[in-house]
Parts: sequence; C-alpha cells; structure tokens
Amino acid sequence: MILDYNATPVIDQVGVLDRIDRITSRSLKKDAKMHGLKLALSMIDLTTLEGADTTKKVVQLCNKAMHLHDAMPGLPTVAAVCVYPNFVETAKKTLKGTKIKVASVATAFPAGQSSREVKLLDTKLAVDGGADEVDMVISRGKFHEGEYNFVFDEIAAIKEACGKARLKVILETGELGTFDKVRRASDIAIYAGADFIKTSTGKISPAATLPVTSVMLEAIKDYYYKTGIQVGMKPAGGISNAKLALQYLLLVKETLGDAWLTNEWFRFGASSLANDVLMQIVKQTTGIYQSKDYFSKD
Amino acid sequence: MTKINLNSTWEFAPSLESTDHINLKKQYELFIGGKWVKPSSGKYFDTVNPATEEKLASIAEANDKDVDKAVKAARKAYNEVWSKMPASERGKYIYRIARLIQERAREFAVIETLDGGKPIREARDIDVPLAAAHFFYYAGWADKLDYAFPNRNPMPLGVAGQIVPWNFPLLMVAWKIAPALATGNTVVLKPAETTPLTALKLAEIIQEAGLPDGVVNIITGAGATGAAIVNHEDVDKIAFTGSTGVGKIIQNAIAGTNKKATLELGGKAANIIFEDAALDQAVEGIINGIYFNQGHVCCAGSRLFVQESVYDVVMRKLKDRMASLVVGNPLDKNTDIGAINSKEQLNTINKYLKIGKAEGAEMYQTDCSLPKKGYWCKPTLFTGVSQSNRIVQEEIFGPVLAVQTFRTVAEVIEKANNTPYGLSAGVWTDKGSKLFNMTSQLKAGVIWGNTFNKFDPSSPFGGFKESGFGREGGLHGLKAYLKVKGS
Repeated sequence: MILDYNATPVIDQVGVLDRIDRITSRSLKKDAKMHGLKLALSMIDLTTLEGADTTKKVVQLCNKAMHLHDAMPGLPTVAAVCVYPNFVETAKKTLKGTKIKVASVATAFPAGQSSREVKLLDTKLAVDGGADEVDMVISRGKFHEGEYNFVFDEIAAIKEACGKARLKVILETGELGTFDKVRRASDIAIYAGADFIKTSTGKISPAATLPVTSVMLEAIKDYYYKTGIQVGMKPAGGISNAKLALQYLLLVKETLGDAWLTNEWFRFGASSLANDVLMQIVKQTTGIYQSKDYFSKD
Repeated sequence: MTKINLNSTWEFAPSLESTDHINLKKQYELFIGGKWVKPSSGKYFDTVNPATEEKLASIAEANDKDVDKAVKAARKAYNEVWSKMPASERGKYIYRIARLIQERAREFAVIETLDGGKPIREARDIDVPLAAAHFFYYAGWADKLDYAFPNRNPMPLGVAGQIVPWNFPLLMVAWKIAPALATGNTVVLKPAETTPLTALKLAEIIQEAGLPDGVVNIITGAGATGAAIVNHEDVDKIAFTGSTGVGKIIQNAIAGTNKKATLELGGKAANIIFEDAALDQAVEGIINGIYFNQGHVCCAGSRLFVQESVYDVVMRKLKDRMASLVVGNPLDKNTDIGAINSKEQLNTINKYLKIGKAEGAEMYQTDCSLPKKGYWCKPTLFTGVSQSNRIVQEEIFGPVLAVQTFRTVAEVIEKANNTPYGLSAGVWTDKGSKLFNMTSQLKAGVIWGNTFNKFDPSSPFGGFKESGFGREGGLHGLKAYLKVKGS
C-alpha cells in the first residue's frame, strides 16, 4: 500500500486538547486504579541513555528491573530496559533467564544526523549484541525538507536490518512543530514498517504529551481499520508520575481498547516512573504512603 | 472487518461524588419580597431525582394570587430601591452573587445533578462555572451601560417576568437574572417544575448577598404559574426559554400589550462534516453535539450531515467512540450520559424512537447496560434517514442523532436550512474559506466552526425563524432589558 503523504489526515489542535480534557477528568478508584497501576508497571521500558553510562550503571539498572520492590510479592516486572547499543550485551547477560527484554536505541540517537551506513551499522551493533527491540530516530531534518520518501526509505532499511528485533520509530514530536506533522510522520513510520511508534528521545522538550499521543493513537487506529494490523505505541520522556501514566492508559483504553492494553503493544519510556507507580501500589494496598527511601533508586 | 473492542475488561470502579455536604430542605416555599412565603393555594408538588425516582423535596405551587404578590414586590423594589441605586452599587450586588456561587459551587453541582439527572462532570465543569461567569460578566456592565449604548440613554424596562427550562436549570437562571439586574430591572422568575432546586438555592444566595427585598422573586409551579406571569398586566418584559409551542402561546398572549419579549425556543441543528475536516476531532464534536446533557440541549447538533466520501469511516469512528461513553449514575464522576430529565421526556423520546423505526430508518444503540430504576435512554443514532423523516424534522430533545449524507456545498446548505428552526449549526472543515462561506449562508443564530456546544457569557446566543428572537449573552443581551433611543 503506497501512502500519499500530502493526503494524510488533518488534525484540529483545539479538538485534540478538548478530547484530552475529557480523559484527564476521568476518575480511577480502588480495583480499577490498582489494575491500572500494575498495567503501567508492566509497560515500562526502564531507561538509561546518558553520556556518562557505564557497564556498572547498566548492570545496576538491570538489577532494578528484576527486583522492582521485592518487599511486595506478586508485582509484575517492567517490560524492558533501554540502553545504548554498546551496552546491549551487558544488559542481555545480566537479564538472562528473565522475561525482561533489552531495547537499544540506534541510528545515531538522539539527533539522527549521520549517514545511512553509520545508522545501519549502529543498528547491526545492537542486533548482533542480542537486542530484542531497536528504538530508531527519524531524520527530522529531511522530514522538514519535505523529503518524505527519504524518511520512509530509511525506516524501511532499518526495519530490514532489525531482522527479528521489533522496531520502534521515534518521531521526536517536540521537533515537528504541529499535530499535522506528527500525524504525517506517524503514517510514514507505520507504512514503512514500524512495529511501534514512539514520541520522543527524552532529550528534547517537550517530550511525550497526552495530546501528541492521542494524535499518534488515532494514526494507529486508522491503520488498523484499513489493514487489521496492530502497531504499538510508546510515549517517552516526561512521564514521571503514576497519575499521568494512568491517564495515558485511559487514553489507550478509550481510543484502541483492550487489545492494546498489554506491554506487547504499549510502553512507557521512563526512568523515574517506576518508583512512583510502586509507591502508589503500596499506598493502595496498605493505605499509607511510604517514604521514598523505601524504594530503590538505580 | 477488524473490530476494535472498547468494552474493556478494565472497568471503572464507582467514583461517586459525595452528597453529604449539601443542604436541602424538605419543603420549599415561594421567595417573594426577600422572604419565604407559603403559597396561597396551600398546594405543593414533588421534585424527583430522575436517576432514582426518589422524591427530593416538596415545592410550593404558586397561583395567580402569588404571582400578583411577586410582581407587586418586584414593582415596589424597582420603584423604591433598585431604579434609584447608583449603577456601581448594583454591580457590587451582582459580583457578590457570582462569588457566592463559586464558593458553593460543589453544593450547587451536586443538587443540579440530583434534581435534573445530568452527569456531575457536566454540572461541575460546565453548568455551575458558567452560571457564575454570567454573573461576573454582567456585573461588569452594570455601570458601563452608557458605553455600551453611547448617546442612546439606556433605561431599564421595569419588572421582568422570566421563565426558564429544565435542561440547564441554574445556568438558564443566570442567563436571565444577571443581565436583568445589571440593567436595573427587577425580576419575577419561575424555574421549571421538574428542576426547581438550584433556583431556590440561588434565592438563599440572594438573601445572603443582601440584595434589597423584592429585587429578585423566585416562584415555583407548572405551566399555569408561567401563564399567570405572562398575563400579568404589570410585567414589562417576558424572557422565556423553552419549547416553540409554548413560545407561540406567549407571543399570542402578549400581542397588543406593551410587553417586550425575548424567546429562546427549540432547535434542530445541522452538524456538517466535510471530507476535508479533521475527522477524529469532528467525531468528538458529533458526540459533544448530541450526547452532551443527554441531548436535552436546544442547540444540540441533532441532524448530522456527512459528506458521502467519508461517510463509512466517520460512522465507524463514531460508533467506536460511542462505545466508550459511560452511561449511568449521574453522581459518578466517570458518567458521560446521565438520566433523562423526567418520565414525560423519556416517553417523548421513546415515541420518536418508535416513529424512526416505523419510518424505516435504521436504529443503532450502544450495548451499554442501564440502571433498573430511573429514566434512561441509550445513546442512539438513526441512519438511512432524509429530510422527509419526522425524526429529522422535529425536535426530540434526547440523545438521538439523525444521520444524513450530502455531496456538495450547495446541497448541504439547502438541507441544513430546510427546517422551521434556526438556532445553531456546526461546520467541520480544514478550509477557512469554506467555513466562512457556510457561516454566511446558514440561517442559524450560532454557528460553530470545528467545535460544538461552546458557550461564553460574552457571546450572544439566540435563534432565527421559529427558534425565537432576541439575544442573550454579550452586549446584545443587555439590549433586551433596556429602552434605548433610536430602536
């Protein structure tokens, strides 16, 4: 199916914000809240993407992923840890025997300003290291130049290089400017073969927002209407508390429904979200807020 | 067809707004001359919670004598106090009412929901804040009337008789009282018999605000009480919001008298979706247009026109969005569609559902479950209808949408205007030139572009044709309560 990029659906900004107002006025209590919190926890891609990352830091993060809060039995683990390509092997080794996936950013993350060869090699490094998932960035410069075919072809090439690894395509919505462009970039990524579309690198502000996620979810929905094929969604960056995470899940629930409410099709890219979700789960269970120091920081 | 499953296994747990904090009396008298007065008939009627069918309070029924008493009190207040008071002082009282509504917003929202069946989300986020906003807005005008009508010597009319409907009980009271007071008139107001409580609670606020006795009188009763207000010879102005049928009776009744009138009546608004519109947001607008307040909205977008090229996808998106609407207990914070206002109104809606089916239209309802007690109607839409169907021609005043298709701009303008009503319309297109072309050709008082059911005190509201005349809101709303030179 060939996509006419100039005919991608238009988005009305005011209407998107109105829709989000309806979502954020929803109220989750008791069992419904607990269900949502556990769901959120299971969807986290625990992330460290710093220039200062070291092998030891990555091992610590993997330990955190495996032992979120052992004081409370029966909790799900996070979905994945997300690291730079050179740490994939370390993460893979540390997480061996668990169901936690290893995701790697690639393609000259975060700016994406490099040649196709370098991006393909970067991807190969991640995949050869054993990455289950690859988080690539699109070429925003080319996108702004209107070189949509370039952007499309690049995604398709990386998808091929991924082999069995699932491909998440980062649009970096904070650099796109309008919802119309977010929608266009979503369509390009989806039609080029993305398994997931993802809002942000976390290096640019604004990162993920509810409105931008809503626009991307509608793109996923339209593709599903046309093809019956599911595409996943990953908001990343800036989602640091449980209340906000639950609002994202409600947005998914009311836009795409049950089929997307699993960590196979929805992820949060976050570093500090897990502890707030854990704190809320303990609060829901015991009725008491615990000190932040009862939750490990890695 | 791959179907999206929105009947999630992740169900909302009940999240009920508390009713502990509200203060309701068992019995309400008439508010005349600043005091609570027993009705001369000695009769009372019940006001009922439509979500539970339980009685909330006994309400006094005013007859001709009581109406006369109220009009006399209003006249006395007008002659002796209100017309002589400096305008800036008048403004202070109105500001005070606005602030007191804000202070007691939570109580008002809960009572509005109990008495009328509307979702607490709407009462809390729309009805009550907008009511306060109207008082704030008109308070500001009180001492600036000479700027609103320069060199035209604006003067109040005298005593205004005001009759409001049951769909937005407090908000409609605010629409009526705020401009009347700001312009120096006094008021005799009758709320609807099914939803009198927030108007009566407002009487408490009016007392608390120290408004001079008789400036606002609130009397309760059914149609006969309203008729007595309309026919009273010492009333200078009638302001009515309600059905076109009653509007016509009022027009007849005041013919040949010196009474001024503004009538805000029924509607059957066209909501028009072009193929170049932002479709996902348009679908949200369709939902807001017809399912807001259970469709008990005179400006509801009850006739949907979808351009044929996008008909299939719009209907699919619309049905999926409808599936995520929560129907049920109005006090639940997650409820999107509450109870139908009264048994009588439910009967009317059900009558139209039967008519629609009998006319051969295809009816679609979501498969939500409804509470056993109370008055409920599932969100409904009819397809396969045309301008010739009664469900397209007549105002249903419920959560019932009639969907038609069109091919060209000229066709949809002709169809949209092909109704005795002309209160509102909605146009959805990404093309500005098309939008402005439409707004200049649609015969409706309010036309929303890429949105629907948006209200603001500064924006005038009112109808064309049988949707009434006169404007409420904004600077135009002042004029309806003033004598101004040269008009």
